[in-house]
Amino acid sequence: MDEIQKNLLREIADLHEVPEGAYNIRSDGEGVARKTTENIDIVTKTDKPGIDIIIKPGTKHESVHIPVIIAKAGLKDLVYNDFYIGEGADVTIIAGCGIHNCGDQDSQHDGIHTFYLEKNAKVRYVEKHYGDGDGKGARIMNPETIVNLAEGSYMEMDSVQIKGVDSTVRVTKGKVGAGATFVVKEKIMTHLSQVAETKFYVDLDGEGSSTNVISRSVAKDESKQVFYSQINGNNACAGHSECDAIIMDKAVVKAIPEITANHLEASLIHEAAIGKIAGEQLTKLMTLGLTEAEAEEQIVNGFLK
Amino acid sequence: MLELRNISYHVDDGKGKDILNDINLTIDDRFTAITGPNGGGKSTLAKLIAGIIQPTSGQIILDGVDVTGMSITERAQAGISFAFQQPVRFKGITVFDLIRLASGKNVSIESACQYLSEVGLCARDYINREVNASLSGGELKRIEIATVMARGTKLSVFDEPEAGIDLWSFQNLIQVFEQMHEKINGSIIIISHQERILNIADKIVVIADGRISTQGKKEDILPQLLNGNAGCKHMAGGCING
Repeated sequence: MDEIQKNLLREIADLHEVPEGAYNIRSDGEGVARKTTENIDIVTKTDKPGIDIIIKPGTKHESVHIPVIIAKAGLKDLVYNDFYIGEGADVTIIAGCGIHNCGDQDSQHDGIHTFYLEKNAKVRYVEKHYGDGDGKGARIMNPETIVNLAEGSYMEMDSVQIKGVDSTVRVTKGKVGAGATFVVKEKIMTHLSQVAETKFYVDLDGEGSSTNVISRSVAKDESKQVFYSQINGNNACAGHSECDAIIMDKAVVKAIPEITANHLEASLIHEAAIGKIAGEQLTKLMTLGLTEAEAEEQIVNGFLK
Repeated sequence: MLELRNISYHVDDGKGKDILNDINLTIDDRFTAITGPNGGGKSTLAKLIAGIIQPTSGQIILDGVDVTGMSITERAQAGISFAFQQPVRFKGITVFDLIRLASGKNVSIESACQYLSEVGLCARDYINREVNASLSGGELKRIEIATVMARGTKLSVFDEPEAGIDLWSFQNLIQVFEQMHEKINGSIIIISHQERILNIADKIVVIADGRISTQGKKEDILPQLLNGNAGCKHMAGGCING
């Protein structure tokens, strides 16, 4: 593995060495390293590109790393990864995609991740997207995450995309069963002329199901962001979505919330706020001796932390 | 030493209004309290010292250096700290972040906690909290004061530290200032209406209708204020809540 690939791995998966637990590393469209454990199996799909990650019922405190890195300009990579999480398992899954593009052709990774959580399973899913390289070719990522939550299961999805990705359309779909919970925390920062679109569709189907979709974003320069969230309350359930955006320079942010209660006992809330950095926040940090630019940086970093 | 020379502040709101008129003031005491009726120009004066607003005319001199033309940042770096009357909230920035930024160096969690303890907050409960809407007015005030203490500059200006907090919190806050009076090395200016704060000052300055109506040693001024007799007819009853 060369320095570019190692750097991409550090950025997206915080990996400095070979990870502990199970892993599958995909580089430039091919699997390059894999490790399974007694409880976690990883199987290459035969009908289409991608892998099946199968986690045995009752597996506790284990992790799976499945980073994807692309350093070859002009590569278009499409994968289907399916995750089967057994009853009562409690695991952390770290995915992510890093693209280094120093060529003139666009590089693109589209990952379609489907999760099946059995009864009372618990997953923390971390997904980081990162791009670098000084080529003219765009770095494009279009992740799609489909989550099926059986009774009493819990999934928390943390997705982060800070700079470097020129164009992204992120789609997240959740079907939440009885007593199950789906939490999404998304952080996005775009700059230059980047475009990011995120779409959430959550069906709260089971009695006592709940969801909390929280998006924080910063749009700089001439970048554009669209946040779309749709929550359907189809049973006695609780849904909350929140879009909080800082807008800077000539950027554009659009938030389109949609909540539908199809049941008398459905309780749904949406909050959206878009605005520039408050002048008094800058003033306060400047009275501590920071310059205006330093103050702005601290506020943005804190907001996305 | 801070000197205000012929400071005036005029706002052009169509009619034109003089908020401050020809203020001349020298602050070289350890602890100066500025008091006076609401709308008299006290907070404006505090903001002028911190550089948040610029005077229409006059000069501000800090230890012999003219800081009038300096920005907020430059004045902060020159040794002026300012505690806001209404502390600012931040999403994502923690109490520790704020104290670290205030101290201007890589403080340890332990020494940041020390500042929190000094303002009467249980450090362990607060150090990692975000400075956001989940904190009460009283908690924010204390954190604000802790950031000023962490800076440890030669001049610290507090704009009505008692404003917006309940009586119970205020009782504890008073102790913080009483102790700060003993500990801090630089000069403190507090804008306040509270008798107990005025009582720990070395010097009291009364500002009313944009002018200094009287100033002098606490021993001389405080009895006049309490008798409603400090050259400010509004003071009697209305402002002192102690």
